[in-house]
Amino acid sequence: MAIYVDKNSKVIVQGITGREGAFHTQRMLAYGTKIVGGVTPGKGGTTIETGQPVFDTVKDAVDATGATHSIIFVPPFAGADALWEAYDAGIQLAVCITEGIPAHDMLRVVNTTPGMRIIGGNCPGVISPGKSLVGIMPGHVFKEGNVGMISRSGTLTYEIVDGLTRAGFGQSTCVGIGGDPIIGTTFVDCLRAFANDPETEAIVVAGEIGGSDEEDAAAFIKEHITGKPVIGFIGGRSAPKGKRLGHAGAIISGNTGTPESKVKAFGEAGVPVADRPSDIPKLLASRLKPVPA
Amino acid sequence: MKLMEYQGKDLFRRVGIPTPSGVFTTAAADVASYIAAHPGSWVLKSQVMMGGRGKAGGIKFADDARHGEALARELIGKVLKSIQNPDGEEVKSLLVEEKVDIASEAYVSIAIDRAAKKPVVLVTAQGGMDVEEVAERDPDAISKYWIDPAMGYSPFIGRMLAFQAKLPEGYRKAFPSILGALYTLFMDYGANLVEINPLVLTKDGRVIASDAKVELDDNGLYKHPDIARWNKEQPTDEDQAAAVAIGLGMSNYAKLPDEDGRIGNVGVIANGAGLGMGTMDAVKNAGGGAANFLDIGGGAQADLVKKSYNLVTSDPRVKAMFINIFGGITRGDQVAKGIVEALAGDDVRKVPLVVRLTGTNAEEGRAILAEAGFVPVETMDEGAARAVALASGGK
Repeated sequence: MAIYVDKNSKVIVQGITGREGAFHTQRMLAYGTKIVGGVTPGKGGTTIETGQPVFDTVKDAVDATGATHSIIFVPPFAGADALWEAYDAGIQLAVCITEGIPAHDMLRVVNTTPGMRIIGGNCPGVISPGKSLVGIMPGHVFKEGNVGMISRSGTLTYEIVDGLTRAGFGQSTCVGIGGDPIIGTTFVDCLRAFANDPETEAIVVAGEIGGSDEEDAAAFIKEHITGKPVIGFIGGRSAPKGKRLGHAGAIISGNTGTPESKVKAFGEAGVPVADRPSDIPKLLASRLKPVPA
Repeated sequence: MKLMEYQGKDLFRRVGIPTPSGVFTTAAADVASYIAAHPGSWVLKSQVMMGGRGKAGGIKFADDARHGEALARELIGKVLKSIQNPDGEEVKSLLVEEKVDIASEAYVSIAIDRAAKKPVVLVTAQGGMDVEEVAERDPDAISKYWIDPAMGYSPFIGRMLAFQAKLPEGYRKAFPSILGALYTLFMDYGANLVEINPLVLTKDGRVIASDAKVELDDNGLYKHPDIARWNKEQPTDEDQAAAVAIGLGMSNYAKLPDEDGRIGNVGVIANGAGLGMGTMDAVKNAGGGAANFLDIGGGAQADLVKKSYNLVTSDPRVKAMFINIFGGITRGDQVAKGIVEALAGDDVRKVPLVVRLTGTNAEEGRAILAEAGFVPVETMDEGAARAVALASGGK
């Protein structure tokens, strides 16, 4: 099973001939992702080195390949346009890697694309280990298994997953939801999907300071997640107020976004919060049996 | 990007929000000539970013030109200090405005609600004070409305909010168009926050934005080059300026204050914002204090490593450095070579350096680092502990 992407997901790459797009297309193909083509306006009719066709428009690509998923590598100013083009062509799930899309562009996009799942922007993508990678994650860190993982960041996700894999906890699906203020898919969306996924037996939620996505996640877990242990983590607990740390969304403003509020919310939902990433496998081990490598 | 009051009011006037009459200046002599030409009662408002400027003595009243000039001389160059900003901020400019006769003070703001993914409007009749205080003391006094960006603003929203928040009758006619203009500003200029506090009803029946708080989304500034230029013309965040100067993103570097008696003496460099925050936390968990947050981005190129290292060690508190690289796609040996090369010269301030390196070819990478005299470690926790010990003079 897994969520959002599996080995049958047909994926196109928007920006397939750009530097980043071309590089990650090859990495995704090597991982086994079913990349059926890509889009670069003006290069329609050509193919890339590994034989996948390039189209001028997303519509052409979808019509010719039956793609349902798209991964977007375009400059920030073109992010909203790329998402709308994917929506218009009937794409069901779009992963937006692009960092730096204006928040107001995303505000308009998420309110005008009903039915299309958007992951990101400013995110590392989605991986269902052993099945499909629609993102820029280093595949070798991940291992097939039954822990669902959601995170707002990239490298911190790899850090946590590396620890899980070494401890014998493979993953069903890992979703990097992105570090921007306005993103397409929230923790709650992912939790709802994991709750319905029989393959996922435990969930790790790696949040960070800023916003209230973790508090919303805690409220959802309290109400709707039964029989699947959840472990929490909050990055940036030592951060001062009012300083934006890398991610546009990672800022404590006034009384919102504080680590105290997030740890408290998780606690009230019965979710243990790891003080450090290396504690996550330990907390999991008392709730789920690891699979020896 | 946070705007100063006079800049926020510039945007207010562009969209048609009424502001008090007045003049912006950096020279005391201008204050004298302006008041001489426009007799009446005037307010001199220090233009600073910090909150609590009134209590800090940054706002003065003048009834004639000579008095105005004397007050202006006193204010310009003065360092204002408040509870929110104990270090203080120097006053470099003033906004001279008509002193309005206040009948009532309201509050209105529009911000991005991240959870609802919509702009949220907040209105209360209790203006002129901190809205978070009002929210705590009397939450029912604040009326909210989430605007659907697909529909946009329509005057019924303003009418409804004015009734719900029980704004005095004098506001009713003007409020829907002022809120509409504020929404236009919010959307067109890509604001994270626009706030009028207070929105004043004067005794002669005018509704005026007496203060302006505007915060724009840095990612959208490219659409407004004239406003992006304001950033260069005046002091912004020093850390942001330093980050941009070496080719990092504006918010990829931030100095951290000492906290609870812990000196921030461990410099931190990591690849990725999440890992950067995690590394700061790891230093704290190891009993130390991080001097900074620095996200070097992907790849960790030699030149950027060197510049980042120099930026972090320019803080005299830094006694040891912890570089934490999770090599996802990049190879560990390449990263190690980059670090050794970057820090080989005499043009860097040498502090004990701990490097955590993992990922592809990490073992080879660690061997290269050890040979160069650095301390290579395998895990983040171990690295943080070593760096904290080295910063306090241990091994």
